[in-house]
Amino acid sequence: MSAVTLDHITKTYDKGKVLAVDDVSLQVAEGELFGLIGPDGAGKTSIFRILTTLLLADKGSAAVQGYDCVKDYREIRSRIGYMPGRFSLYQDLTVKENLDFFATLFGSTIESNYDLIKDIYDQIKPFNDRRAGKLSGGMKQKLALCCALIHKPEVLFLDEPTTGVDVVSRKEFWDMLKKLKTQGITIVVSTPYMDEAMLCERIALIQNGKIMSVDTPEKIIAAYPVKLYAIKADNIYRLLTDLRSMPEVDTSFAFGEYIHLTLKNERADTTALQQAIEQRGHTHVTIKVIQPGIEDSFIRFMNQDSK
Amino acid sequence: MKQFLVFIRKEFFHVFRDRRTLLIMFGLPVAQIVLFGFALTSEVKDITLTVIDQSGDVNTQQLIRKIKSSSYFIVNETSVDYNEIEDAFKKGTAKSALIFPPNFGNDLQHGGKAQLQLLTDGSDPNTAKTVINYITAITTAYQQQISPGPRLPYTIVTESRMLYNEEGNGSLNFIPGVMALVLMIVCTALTSVSVVREKELGTMEILLVSPFKPLLVLIAKAIPYLILSLANFILILVLAVFVLDVGIKGSIVLLFLESMLFIITCLSLGLMISNTTNSQQTALLLSMMGMMIPTMIFTGFMFPLENMPKPFQIISNVIPSRWYFLIVKSVMLKGLGFSYIWKETLVLLGMTTVALTIALKNFKTRLS
Amino acid sequence: MEEKVIVCKDLTKRFGDFYAVNKISFEVNKGEIFGFLGANGAGKTTAMRILCGLSYPTSGEATVAGFNVYKQTEAIKKNIGYMSQKFSLYENLTVLENIEFFGGVYGVPSAEIRKRSDNLVQKLGLTAEAKKLVGSLPLGWKQKLAFSVAIFHQPRIVFLDEPTGGVDPVTRRQFWDMIYEAAATGITIFVTTHYMDEAEYCNRVTIMVDGKVEALDSPANLKAQFKANNMDEVFYQLARGAKRSGD
Repeated sequence: MSAVTLDHITKTYDKGKVLAVDDVSLQVAEGELFGLIGPDGAGKTSIFRILTTLLLADKGSAAVQGYDCVKDYREIRSRIGYMPGRFSLYQDLTVKENLDFFATLFGSTIESNYDLIKDIYDQIKPFNDRRAGKLSGGMKQKLALCCALIHKPEVLFLDEPTTGVDVVSRKEFWDMLKKLKTQGITIVVSTPYMDEAMLCERIALIQNGKIMSVDTPEKIIAAYPVKLYAIKADNIYRLLTDLRSMPEVDTSFAFGEYIHLTLKNERADTTALQQAIEQRGHTHVTIKVIQPGIEDSFIRFMNQDSK
Repeated sequence: MKQFLVFIRKEFFHVFRDRRTLLIMFGLPVAQIVLFGFALTSEVKDITLTVIDQSGDVNTQQLIRKIKSSSYFIVNETSVDYNEIEDAFKKGTAKSALIFPPNFGNDLQHGGKAQLQLLTDGSDPNTAKTVINYITAITTAYQQQISPGPRLPYTIVTESRMLYNEEGNGSLNFIPGVMALVLMIVCTALTSVSVVREKELGTMEILLVSPFKPLLVLIAKAIPYLILSLANFILILVLAVFVLDVGIKGSIVLLFLESMLFIITCLSLGLMISNTTNSQQTALLLSMMGMMIPTMIFTGFMFPLENMPKPFQIISNVIPSRWYFLIVKSVMLKGLGFSYIWKETLVLLGMTTVALTIALKNFKTRLS
Repeated sequence: MEEKVIVCKDLTKRFGDFYAVNKISFEVNKGEIFGFLGANGAGKTTAMRILCGLSYPTSGEATVAGFNVYKQTEAIKKNIGYMSQKFSLYENLTVLENIEFFGGVYGVPSAEIRKRSDNLVQKLGLTAEAKKLVGSLPLGWKQKLAFSVAIFHQPRIVFLDEPTGGVDPVTRRQFWDMIYEAAATGITIFVTTHYMDEAEYCNRVTIMVDGKVEALDSPANLKAQFKANNMDEVFYQLARGAKRSGD
């Protein structure tokens, strides 16, 4: 049985004027760490809210742990943990009070599932009597995760838990998720950061309410249909504009210090390309064939869709 | 049940940790009582009294001298025509007028009974009442002076009429008014804001996805404010009795029960507002503009309803505080029992049922 | 010698005992794309507020576009543009109304506003949406429009506070194209970001840790200095040791 099932789900707002989720179907296996990867406005939050029984879909059906999201919403609500995107806890309650409150609300106690949250809670325990509003961003996020876990949910929904959080805290957060996974909890997480996709077992790339691809990150990358080149030269911006004007170039996008490039007509030999670039006055040109990343795949899917 | 209690405790934490809420809650009634108490103080001095003496005999002269010699009045004996007196009131050049009809002394001495007319500006009921009391006292004293002995052969009947506010609302009436106003603000505004704050924080989503029944969320949010409002009600009563010396003439239990009913009405309105808005500012604005201003205007303690245009009088019927005001006035100031206020109680009960039903019906177990 | 548009020397901002910004010093050249990185709570926002003339430093010296941050904050505000992820445009005004409003605020003459806004709308491909409310546009378009509005009055420096947060990868790159283009016309770009690949697009990068500038160089030099493969690793090495964290 799948932990989460979405079957042809469609959701619109403003009486059908805004299409938020467009015929989405996917399944998340029990115990899986599943990522919804896409920019803001792609429909991630709507999908989360449908699964957490907070919204009704226009069309299609959804289920969590085999329970229907419409009919059996009470059953689902006692089995899931949810951390909404803008969740910020009660700022005027202390760490301990927040935790106690959410534990009781879900019919549990801090003690009964202490082993589950211990690793995370130990880090914020020194601030037990501090008001949540006075905690740092990283700490708040840890407290929020504790609150979502306190009743030992079977499925955990995390809506953009790492948005606006710096690289260090993001790394810590993902380490925590990996540990949780070993406890057998199914985790569905959304993120706009493409680099976080590699940390999930399976991902769905989502854009404009549509799923562009669902698979393991490795398979999505392996399915990249063409050869990908990375090019750099001294003046990267001029290189980018020059590449766009070259007829043999299909796509070119800046990726850090390199430009990622695909060609319309694949050639094994890059010397001709190098010469063409150098002819335009570029210095220190290096070209190499590289492994694409999730972001390359995402861009490629986006371009296919818009064509 | 434990969830419910923990929820209520959490709400109390919110209230006691937010100085602004506390200030609104307990500072407001104190400020209102003190302000109204001072503003409506009955200490009156140097009131200009226009005297129209159409008789001009010994008795009127003696009486006028007596009035002059008291420190309360500045007598203005300009010969205003009786027919112009109302214009003088409208222009504000006269605030009170004493009119001796022709043959005053004659009537008094030969008929044993004379009439004088006292006109006061009822739009300032407090001063108006004081003027009436003082003039009545002075005439009574004069009466006793000219007719020693137990029997009073001569009687002067003071016929007084308050222009613009014939019933003479004022003085004590502000206490029921303040009670209605404060309870309205505290219950409606604070309840709606406390629910909407959860929506803004994103905690509402968590509350909804928890196994805790959504309806209980609303009730748990309302209960602390019910308790605090009752505390508030007691505070106002204590202030009224011990600071302003206003006695409670009727049954305290009845007053308490009726107030509880009114508080529940206000809480329901607060919950209704919170269901329709998503931001604290809108909620506050709605409860302030939508509740407080009509309460001030249509309750009847600031502006007498009887003198309002008909459409306004009709509108005032849907304002809950109007009925509560009548109830408190009857029980607290007049000492009447339930049999005199059952109609008002029924109206409040009806309003509460409607508001509560709408509030609970509209509360969604989902986000939209 | 290159023209310096921002000069900071020992700039400090103290809140009680807390040094939000602790003696930072750097210079930014005209037309440079200057990346300003740091973990949450490192003091980025505070430093940026001082440079925008929104807050006074406790001590130290700084000039922005030649104007002193203590005395000439009004002059600074006239010469800079500002755009953040949170507040950018009025959602309930149309595209054109937003341009007109912000152009007017910065004292661009009306005739000039009309001329330039037509060009701008055309360049952004928003001709069909010019009379639509900004709130109805997709996020990526909003951010591109917000940037265009921030440089509409042709400021000398534009401050961008996490301009690309949550934006899709293609739009993010289009956004950077616009940044490059603006820099080529001589506008200095001062930008903060959480995307480390974007740090690579900057000419020079500052990394703040606990209120201090811990690194300042070109991305290539920083990578060499920290023996790292990418900016992500550089940042992680520096920020991992941070004692404070916050919003």
